[in-house]
Amino acid sequence: MIDFHTIFEQYKEIISIAVYGTAVFLIIIGLYAVLLKKHLVKIVIGLSIMDAGIHLLFVAVGYISGGTAPIFSPGNENAANTMVDPVPQALVLTAIVIGFAVTALALSLVIRLYKHHHTANIDQLKSLKW
Amino acid sequence: MLKKLFVFILLFTIGYFLVNSLKSIPLGANRVGSIDEPTTVSGYYLNKSPNALKVANSITAVVVNFRGFDTLGEVTVLFLAATGLASILYRKEDEEEEEKHTHSLSKRLNLPSSSLVRTGAKILFPLILLLGIYVFIHGHLTPGGGFQGGAIIATGFLLMLVSYKGFTTNHNVMVWLESLAGLGFVGVGLYGLFAYGSFLQNTGWTGNLNDLISGGFIPLIYIFIGIKVATELTNVLDTLLNIKPRKK
Repeated sequence: MIDFHTIFEQYKEIISIAVYGTAVFLIIIGLYAVLLKKHLVKIVIGLSIMDAGIHLLFVAVGYISGGTAPIFSPGNENAANTMVDPVPQALVLTAIVIGFAVTALALSLVIRLYKHHHTANIDQLKSLKW
Repeated sequence: MLKKLFVFILLFTIGYFLVNSLKSIPLGANRVGSIDEPTTVSGYYLNKSPNALKVANSITAVVVNFRGFDTLGEVTVLFLAATGLASILYRKEDEEEEEKHTHSLSKRLNLPSSSLVRTGAKILFPLILLLGIYVFIHGHLTPGGGFQGGAIIATGFLLMLVSYKGFTTNHNVMVWLESLAGLGFVGVGLYGLFAYGSFLQNTGWTGNLNDLISGGFIPLIYIFIGIKVATELTNVLDTLLNIKPRKK
């Protein structure tokens, strides 16, 4: 049995920098794609990447050192003290579904724009009505 | 160039303040507090989920029971996305000029797939459906649940849609299943309103921890959510993949 608590306490700073850094980095990359990319599909991909970063940040904030999944499976009925926070995970479950809905709707708008203008470059979409 | 500079300054500022504020949230610290005498929301949920509700997966307890109304809204958002997708991509029969710009990708999509892919898809499809149904029926006992199971079922339909050219889902069956699942969810909520006093209120009967039939209405609601998510995601995939060039 691996003792995750000791390992985590030993490398706490590196793990914090890695997890938080990845989350912030993903959010920044997504924002960069949304603001500077010209292709509409790349902008939608940027939104998805930003979503992933926010989900990672949420789950990381809910982590408790040495904690297990908050499931009271047989043999773990009284192990509530060693479980991670269930609320961020439930919120991320909601956010993933909403992220899917946003991506699907945005992609359908991209398809429609492409069919009308025969380009997905936002610099060439000059007329606002379509 | 100037725009790029502004964007980089903006991104740097956002990143700096995000990192700075995250420094005050130490990773891995216990923010739940005591479980037996809960002072936080998470502690309350972890206390109530196995003791009062008898639901093993406390995330399911949060999603379906404590935040059940939120989940109803979430399923509605998914439904609106599927409807919006269908209405945006709806094609009139006489859109002439699009035919000239049929690009290579949709031509490639219209080639029949090889018999290896088709046979494999035929064998895998019922197994994927079975796995999805297993995941959403056991949503209150194991990791998983209605959303995950529904997504698994939709991947099964995606496999069929990609490997068989003419494969379409039966639209009437889909609409009926989706409507019945949604009505079932609202019906359970209304039953709670009239029988126990508040919308989506759970029953007093809960069974034993880690039984398949336990937790009052929670498995029932998750089965409804599973059916609804599976039909909605399949509808989205069907709409997106069946934008074929018009036959002359």
